[in-house]
Amino acid sequence: MKLGFSPAEEQFRAECAEWLQAQMNGPFRDIKGVNTLTTMVERRKEWEQYLGAHGWSCIGWPKAWGGRDATLAEQVIFAEEYARAGAPGRINHIGVELAGPTLLAFGTEEQKQRFLPDIAAGKTIFCQGFSEPNAGSDLAAVRTKARLEDGEWVVNGQKVWTSLAHISDWIFVVARSEEGSKGPKGLTFLMLPLDQPGIEVRGIRQINGDAEFNETFFTDARCPADSLIGLPGEGWKIAMGLLAFERGVSTLGQQMAFRNELDAIIAAAQANGAARDPLIRQRIAKAEIGLRLMRYGALRMLSNMDHSSIDGAALTYKIQWATWRRDLGELAMDVLGQAGEVAQGEGYEWGLLPNLFLFARADTIYGGTNQIQRNLIAERGLGLPREPRGDL
Amino acid sequence: MEFAFTDEQRMIGETVRGFFAENATSERTRRAMAGDGIDRELWTAFATELGLAGVALPEDFGGAGLGMVEFAQVAESAGAYVAPLPLLGHAMVGQAIAHGGSAEQKSAWLPALAAGELISAAAWNADVAVADGRLSGTIAYVPHGAVADLLLVCGKDGAWMVELKGEGVSVTSHVTLDQTRPFATITLANAPAQALADGARATEAAQVAGWICLCAEALGGAQETLDRTVAYSRERVQFGRAIGSFQAYKHRLADMMVEIEQARSAVYWAACAVDENSPEAPLALHAAKSFAADTYFNCAGNMIQLHGGIGFTWEHDAHLFFKRARSILNLLGNGPWHREAIATMVLGAAA
Repeated sequence: MKLGFSPAEEQFRAECAEWLQAQMNGPFRDIKGVNTLTTMVERRKEWEQYLGAHGWSCIGWPKAWGGRDATLAEQVIFAEEYARAGAPGRINHIGVELAGPTLLAFGTEEQKQRFLPDIAAGKTIFCQGFSEPNAGSDLAAVRTKARLEDGEWVVNGQKVWTSLAHISDWIFVVARSEEGSKGPKGLTFLMLPLDQPGIEVRGIRQINGDAEFNETFFTDARCPADSLIGLPGEGWKIAMGLLAFERGVSTLGQQMAFRNELDAIIAAAQANGAARDPLIRQRIAKAEIGLRLMRYGALRMLSNMDHSSIDGAALTYKIQWATWRRDLGELAMDVLGQAGEVAQGEGYEWGLLPNLFLFARADTIYGGTNQIQRNLIAERGLGLPREPRGDL
Repeated sequence: MEFAFTDEQRMIGETVRGFFAENATSERTRRAMAGDGIDRELWTAFATELGLAGVALPEDFGGAGLGMVEFAQVAESAGAYVAPLPLLGHAMVGQAIAHGGSAEQKSAWLPALAAGELISAAAWNADVAVADGRLSGTIAYVPHGAVADLLLVCGKDGAWMVELKGEGVSVTSHVTLDQTRPFATITLANAPAQALADGARATEAAQVAGWICLCAEALGGAQETLDRTVAYSRERVQFGRAIGSFQAYKHRLADMMVEIEQARSAVYWAACAVDENSPEAPLALHAAKSFAADTYFNCAGNMIQLHGGIGFTWEHDAHLFFKRARSILNLLGNGPWHREAIATMVLGAAA
């Protein structure tokens, strides 16, 4: 059992750090530290392309497709240094972390040729269409329909919470392709270009005033017959494989962003005297402990990737970080006091900490609510009976 | 990234676990609780058959020369069975001598400690007066103090070894909430004492070993309360269903698992940081002691609640965990104390 990384990996860390910091203090200093997904979109698309041009956009992919064949440890290191350098949230993280790995695992050679080079180059931005108004926690209840007609898939229905659909080029969806099928059976995984008459994207304003999410409507939307991944009816299997990619190496980069948030709270507490309050001190210590335990939990999870047994650290990770961050947002507001309730500018726009407080309410919902997480932990981790399905 | 047990460590874990599962039975533990809080037969087997009393002591003095990670594995299993062993004092004293003792002091005590021939206790933050190599003062709440042969006294400006069967020592044992680790009050009146060569290092090593022992015991105990409650929830039927199928019940168990997994990261982070001399070690130790202790207490409380009435009986083992957990909360610094230490590292001293 060891805590750290090898000397060769530390060397790689230095290389990543040097390059990233040079960009964030140089040509891309204007987007350093940008923390919401919707600001300075054009510059951030340029940043995606710049990452691609220098071979840093998807280092875990095979070299043949624009990656670096980076090891898990190297991917973790890059994610950490990326966040430490203050580089902005990846506007194409769905393409790089979800669509790309899904294509690599399940796509045909032609599909790989068609999509992977452009994703790697930052030229094709992807978004994800899974949830629907009546398929939230119960994801398998999707009603969006797909049928094959004259060599094309025709899609009708509605998706919701499609992050960044308004700035994306392609969307992948799970849709029901077998008439009368129910639950996970009869679903198909399709990729559709967003720029077409059959697709309408409407923004959803969130509690922080921002509009990162959308509703996406499909009215006879079309894509070529070979836009499906896997076979018709295999959509659920592919969607579940994709969700497994979701909690990979990016978790450690995410933690570095959490580090920046906690540091901002510490600085605020020192500036306004809250750091002298014994109760605030206890809570800051708890936050510090929680953040460190997240790191070592993630390292346990990543050290264990090749073990087939149930990995407790992996199974409990989502609820752990989401709950920690919600508590962090509440701590931030208690540290700031009423100053945290007043916007700095003219509009309903919030700085790092008030925005953290508001946005963290989404963390315990998306990607499986805390309640769904508890079901999963109890059923998969502890072997307890499954929740019975109703018949409404 | 290798933040996982090696094959050798996995084997140690399985062996130790098997040993306690077979020997540290509820019946034997209860016999020790009614006596002086130690299962002697268990202690002897632990030390001689498995050589575990010397797991983290140097090989030159009869130990196995392993680190805090392996010791934590041992303490985790001992904690899982609420084993009535003098493990806490033993670990503190052994590490104090190994790190702060002279060559003669190591030769004098370590082989006997590694063989389990001596039972030792430790006093942390003791307020004692020193004159001519003799100690005076009253030390309260010494775990297993009434049965120990040897006492380590960590004071403000030194660390001393005192033979408890010698002159100038009087010991009062107390009926204690956790009967597997009863407290004693030890009064020293010009008791002969031997100062350890490097008192500061000895004190630090004792503290580290004590914190690792307690947080690992807490982790093992917490996991065991969860495992036993899960097993019960599958057998117990009410309203025509296993109670473990009710969401209110499942979610409480899931929350226990979430906490325990964090406690596991904390304990082995701390143990590993100590073994690697990492600058993070002090932070990790404060985090592990406070987090694991809180986790254990929450889980043990849940164990009683989730067992219903049977969990409140003397006959059921739930109270053994609950009382051990309560005791660990206070030993070697309570949660607020450890968190304030972390706050000081992060924010600077409180004004």
